[in-house]
Amino acid sequence: MLETNDDRLFVPDLDDDDSRPFWEGCALGELRVQACASCSQWRMPPRPMCPRCRSLDVTWVVSSGRGTVWSFVVPHAPLLPGYTELAPYNVIVVELNENSLIRFVGNLVLGPNAPINSIDPATIAIGEAVAVVFQRVNGIALPFWIRAPS
Amino acid sequence: MSIKDLTAVVGIGQTEFGRLEQNELTLACRAISLALDDAGIAPHEVDGLASSTMEPNREVEVARNVGLGDITFFSQVGYGGGAACGIIGHAAMAVATGQCNVAVAWRGRKRAAKSSRPWTQASTRIADKNMWSRPFGMLRPVDEIAMLTRRYMHEYGATRDHLANVALASRAHANRNPNAAMYTKPMTRDAYMDSRWISEPLCLFDNCLESDGALAVVIARRDRAADTRHEPVIVHAVAQGLPPQHQTMTNFFNDDPLRGPAWVTARKLWERADVGPRDVNVAQLYDAFSPLIPLSLEGYGFCERGEGGAFTDNGNTQWGTGALPVNTSGGGMSEAYVHGFNLIVEGVRQIRGTSTSQVENAQVSLVTSGEGVPTSAVLFTKAR
Ligand SMILES: [Zn+2]
Repeated sequence: MLETNDDRLFVPDLDDDDSRPFWEGCALGELRVQACASCSQWRMPPRPMCPRCRSLDVTWVVSSGRGTVWSFVVPHAPLLPGYTELAPYNVIVVELNENSLIRFVGNLVLGPNAPINSIDPATIAIGEAVAVVFQRVNGIALPFWIRAPS
Repeated sequence: MSIKDLTAVVGIGQTEFGRLEQNELTLACRAISLALDDAGIAPHEVDGLASSTMEPNREVEVARNVGLGDITFFSQVGYGGGAACGIIGHAAMAVATGQCNVAVAWRGRKRAAKSSRPWTQASTRIADKNMWSRPFGMLRPVDEIAMLTRRYMHEYGATRDHLANVALASRAHANRNPNAAMYTKPMTRDAYMDSRWISEPLCLFDNCLESDGALAVVIARRDRAADTRHEPVIVHAVAQGLPPQHQTMTNFFNDDPLRGPAWVTARKLWERADVGPRDVNVAQLYDAFSPLIPLSLEGYGFCERGEGGAFTDNGNTQWGTGALPVNTSGGGMSEAYVHGFNLIVEGVRQIRGTSTSQVENAQVSLVTSGEGVPTSAVLFTKAR
């Protein structure tokens, strides 16, 4: 797993009880989705209560980690320090194959060990197939995405 | 009960816009003071205050400076650019229901102030909803709206030319408004197309200005408005909206992210009003980013879904040529960005007949706050 250490980069706060199992899954190479233990509906982002049945009981399912690009942007400098140096890079929203309402913000990278500016943004297309990979930023595993056969 | 037509805007005030020396509190107090003078109402008569949760100037400071009397109603509305029309709504509801008699609503803002740029202040450990976007380099509001914009262009065939229509109409209006920051700076379509990227597909001129300034309005019951200095501008209808499963700004997670809070706000607004979209003579649509105009045109029912881009063609939103002049003071993109409060004041001027791009005999004036966040809208009409 690619390791990047730069304390200017943003990472999730693992003290958040609702989301911690997601990030723990990333460290194990799993893209987990929170699901209601009572009515089984998947939800993203994670939260304490099921908006469908109001159950507080939660389970986590391991998804395929396969999806398609729903949309993408290309931020240009000036940005915050740590990101300005990488710009222009891409940010994508991925729609999961199993459930089109489960979406993740991420970055398309050339390979599991490539940075977020490793893809020519002009080649990115809405609808293209992607698969999850994981990279560690400041010790925390985060999901990134590579191109996948559709 | 309905508050339809029970209250009126009886005073407006504003500072100059641009890069200003005075601090936020000074700017806010000046705007409020000017609005009270415009109304011909003394400070001690003010007993209601409404503002934004992002307003840096608290009620106690405003009241101590302007010399207000006993305040019996004070309220704030959240969600940044979605708040302004809701602030008018809170003030109007309070006046209409007797919680207060004369309310002041205001917004003062400086671009360099910490409160104006929350995205630059964050700790690098993200505990809120932004943990799902910021670690991936989605840092600024423009990146979040650009994501919706790309999807919108993909689904409906909207183009950069449509977004340029929005920017150019606002600039043309600003070029007629001496108070606008861009009064002396015309813009061409080539200049738009050649400007630098901020977050593709959005370029520099798809973004609002960064401005210092403050604006205020005074709201009273219609009977009190009988002896104020100017023709009262009636608060005909007002609405706020927050639809199911909406996540403000990073709204990528529900079944229809392009159908934002404007839609539910519009439904309630038109339900409460005696008029519909076809009766609107002039509109001020919140424009922190140009794509919010086509999305708002669709949400508020001026065209069908996906037709908001094409609606802006042929100068259709431009004063003098268009069926629906939009952002006639120059708006957030070319007059000033004061969280949409300048749109409120311009919406009032259109009914008074004092805009620099005045729509002849305007009877119905729509103002909206930001699409893409929990939002609000207000309809101003002439006294009938
Ligand atoms: Zn459930």
